Amino acid sequence: MKKSVPRISSLLSGDEALAQGAYEAGVKIAASYPGTPATEIMEYMAGFDEVDCQWSVNEKVAYEVAYSGAVAGVRTLFSAKHVGLNVAMDSIMTSAYTGINAGFVVVTCDEPGLHSSQNEQDNRLLARIAKLPLLEPSSPSEAKELVIKAFEISEKFDTPVILRLTTRIAHTKENVVLGKRREPQNKHYHPCFEKYVMVPKNAGARHIELEERLVRLKRYSEVSRLNSVEMGDRKTGFIAAGVSYLYAKEMYPNASFLKLGMSYPFPEEKIRDFVKKVRTVHVIEELEPFIEEQCKIAGIKIRTKDPSFRTGELRPEYIPLIVSGKKKNVPSKPSRKPVLCPGCSHRPLFWILNKLKLNVAGDIGCYTLGASAPLSALHTCLCMGSGDTILEGFTKVLGRNVVGVIGDSTFVHSGITGLINLAYNKTNAVLIILDNSTTGMTGSQPHPATGITIKGEKTKKLILEDVCKAAGADNVDVIDPFRIKDLEALIKKRIGEDKLSVIISRYPCRLVDRRKNAAPIFVQDKCKKCGLCLKIDCPSVMKQTDGYVSIDRTTCVGCNLCVDVCPFGAIIKND
Amino acid sequence: MIERTTDILFCGTGGQGILKASEICAVAAMLSGFHSKKTEVHGMAQRGGSVESHVRYGKKVFSPLTLPGGVDFLVPLDLSESEKMSRELKKTGKNLVEYLKISGELLENGFFLNTFMVGALSKYLSLSEKNWVKAVRQVFDGKHLDANIEVFMKGRDAVI
Repeated sequence: MKKSVPRISSLLSGDEALAQGAYEAGVKIAASYPGTPATEIMEYMAGFDEVDCQWSVNEKVAYEVAYSGAVAGVRTLFSAKHVGLNVAMDSIMTSAYTGINAGFVVVTCDEPGLHSSQNEQDNRLLARIAKLPLLEPSSPSEAKELVIKAFEISEKFDTPVILRLTTRIAHTKENVVLGKRREPQNKHYHPCFEKYVMVPKNAGARHIELEERLVRLKRYSEVSRLNSVEMGDRKTGFIAAGVSYLYAKEMYPNASFLKLGMSYPFPEEKIRDFVKKVRTVHVIEELEPFIEEQCKIAGIKIRTKDPSFRTGELRPEYIPLIVSGKKKNVPSKPSRKPVLCPGCSHRPLFWILNKLKLNVAGDIGCYTLGASAPLSALHTCLCMGSGDTILEGFTKVLGRNVVGVIGDSTFVHSGITGLINLAYNKTNAVLIILDNSTTGMTGSQPHPATGITIKGEKTKKLILEDVCKAAGADNVDVIDPFRIKDLEALIKKRIGEDKLSVIISRYPCRLVDRRKNAAPIFVQDKCKKCGLCLKIDCPSVMKQTDGYVSIDRTTCVGCNLCVDVCPFGAIIKND
Repeated sequence: MIERTTDILFCGTGGQGILKASEICAVAAMLSGFHSKKTEVHGMAQRGGSVESHVRYGKKVFSPLTLPGGVDFLVPLDLSESEKMSRELKKTGKNLVEYLKISGELLENGFFLNTFMVGALSKYLSLSEKNWVKAVRQVFDGKHLDANIEVFMKGRDAVI
């Protein structure tokens, strides 16, 4: 499918606008792994026939595919959520040394407020560690402009350029004017031992080059229009980047502003000059005191936020509090507990794990929702690919009363190495792969074990059973988790053996395979109000004020798990 | 002084079509020549969690998020979320919960509640019916389009 280019504006999200900008800048290769709030960048990109784009196995792989494409001579883009950059960090650090050839833009989507993440790290700090230039758009239309600019800077200075969005930009839509694609000529690639082979001698020389490049980039940052001054009232001024700029502007429209579109290398002189012209200057930033610290190092006098504002998402109404030096004192809003969807195939598995009272090493995905009561059947969530590695540590200390769970996409992302490690280091344990045959939590993206590419084309399908056997698992069982009696017996059997076992619990995600059965029927006469059916935590099984339950026919998909768990036959199948 | 914006807050739970509803509104405002921003706040669940979506439009919009006590129209798709969010309204703001309450009588099986509520909202805003219908067409892109247009008009006609 090819996206038509309308003449008027389109309402695009920050993610979509960024992908559109990269497309217009002539990007030819783009790679990513799904992760909120970055996923939609690559989903939008997949609509362009001219771009070779992919869901990679993980972010490290994605980074290297995109990096090497740029070295070989075409403009490329890598995108990931903030924690995805951690996975790619090894390659990021040294790619700053080698530089690139054609333009290479590295997009990080940070998540202040951690709406769907395991931490809220501020990747502006990573730009400084890696010594890579950092651009920060404040809105979707700016994301489009700045990604085009980022390709120019990348080529001008021979460096990867980090472009940072936050959730509030990535997931905001606004009018964006679309432009035409301009494809630059491919750059010539020639092998260069000194530049691309990072053995100690060459890397030492490239480090010197990197430091010199930073000096040149700093000079650019000082004069670039990316860092712009808007003089207003000279009593109050703000230095801000990203969406923080828009919040300050919303609350103090008549103040003076220094808006940082390029916040690293730091435009020290420009800031010094701005501060001289305005009586009181406040730095407004989400999360870490990144601009604040650089101002302080340079001895520039600014007003800063109370440290209590270093956590959570910034909101416009906080700006006056920050300006007046107050502490953050915001009552948390009550919100609904997130739950597994009706009919989710993870539910019967967690039901059994809860029943068997096992210690469960968990991982990241929809199935992390199995951690909350009443299922309470997942006890760790650290990072991608930790289901089987935490299983190993737990097994060594806690014995065989432990299982690990990991999703299919997560297993392929970074769980396979953990399984090899279990086998190599002679650990007998039980790993359960929750195979719903999609990347569920980010909105159903394909992965290698689905046999489908990002463009919806058929490809070689990774067979999980074969991978597990090759990694060293003694037993590999595949089971439908809705056969709960068989599932329980199998888990008990495998835990009792001195073997390394993998159980693949396989049933498609209900948001991918939308077939439904009729909702079961509640028979009030037989109900003893024992509450077991509520313990499966299904949103379609609802407790009534009289203590009985009702089945919500519009949301129920007829998985019949509630039928199977009721010991009194009070919920019956509706054939 | 900055010209004021029109601020609308949609709230409900995951899977109800909040994002589609707010998108129709943001597109209708864009088609009417306004700077239009739409942003969403939701958690990690694909279904069932709280969802809110903010739409602001005007000559120029800065913050994508609405301000507490600054919302002109609250469009709830769920009663309990409506109670929770009503404090976000301006003193002169309007909660459209009355249309949620009568939607049961007007909609078959509660289908397309999101479009119905947008229809009701449309009557309160000064955007043309032509642009609203165009926005509905753009957002639904062929999928149940005729049914959605019909429900949109039902919502619009529910406002006397």
